Amino acid sequence: MRLPPFQNLLDAHARDVHRFLIATIGPVESDDVYQETWLAALRAYPQLTDGSNLKGWLFTIAHRKAIDHVRARARRATPVPEPADLPEAPAADGVAPVADEDLWAAVAALPDKQRTAVALRFIADSAYAEIATAMEISEPAARRNVHEGLKRLREERNR
Amino acid sequence: MSEINVNHHSGGDEDELERALRAALHSETDAVQPPSIVDAAAAAGLLDVAYARLDSPVGTLVLASTPEGLARLAYVDEGQEEAVMEDIAARLSPRMLAAPRRLDEPRRELDEYFAGRRRAFDLTLDLRLLSDFTRRILDATARIPYGEVATYKDVATAAGSPRGSRAAGNALGSNPLPIVLPCHRVLHSGGGLGGYTGGLARKRVLLAIEGRPE
Repeated sequence: MRLPPFQNLLDAHARDVHRFLIATIGPVESDDVYQETWLAALRAYPQLTDGSNLKGWLFTIAHRKAIDHVRARARRATPVPEPADLPEAPAADGVAPVADEDLWAAVAALPDKQRTAVALRFIADSAYAEIATAMEISEPAARRNVHEGLKRLREERNR
Repeated sequence: MSEINVNHHSGGDEDELERALRAALHSETDAVQPPSIVDAAAAAGLLDVAYARLDSPVGTLVLASTPEGLARLAYVDEGQEEAVMEDIAARLSPRMLAAPRRLDEPRRELDEYFAGRRRAFDLTLDLRLLSDFTRRILDATARIPYGEVATYKDVATAAGSPRGSRAAGNALGSNPLPIVLPCHRVLHSGGGLGGYTGGLARKRVLLAIEGRPE
């Protein structure tokens, strides 16, 4: 099939992928995972047979890379360093220091699937079908994850 | 400033929390530029085509390089940029990234040429887009010195096909590397300009740069 130049994809989605990774794995480590995501996409791109949902395809890769990264971090996290060796910590694990810090912290504290679904919905501006593709789940499940995430955030905010 | 995205998925019935999420998740991250992937892609052997634009006296040019060298120099007419890019993707590879710094050398040499300060190009070329016949014709064309001209028949003869002037004209018209492979130096035997891959106006400008105004 005739594929447009890869740069078109990068122009359209670079910011969304970057934001999505900052929200799901934090600002410090997101740049590496961002590179890994785009290189994996670039590697697979010429073999694509369906160009109709490039955004969903791209976020599937980003989501998988984020999961791999979080798992690898969990494996590494066993030895606890001395407090003096600790780098400057971000506001909370996986959270960018932003104006609405409480909201970010609440998003970061969501269970993985809800956090990912909420990030895809409100950062990458994704439709439920795109969220379903990216997370490799059904569309009703995507909808449920967003709604449960929002419900939890609402409870946090009203406490 | 960041833009506030209008929710176009759920018909505007967004509540305060959803608006706050959208605003919060966009506002701060917008200040952070995503890192470039060009160097990492090249290091991983995944940058099949690096391209850049160049403004010139003959309009906007698109230059495209493979790891082997400069493979395409395309004239871009008004509104045709997307078509030009898609053609390059189809003929070379869709693994294509804007990477102007990787085309610094050809851009510099072309700038010098347009300024009248360069008579020959010293560039590594990737000739994969040339058929064997086109390659022979363009080899012969490349031997026409700066500021000189030859006829289609001269070029066909030099390429070993003395009766192939028409075929030579077609081959020159499909030149993927105009200017660098100087098909603008080939004219009709009667002295007429003949044709040109980028249109005759561009051919006139190039000949004038080389000191051959009509």
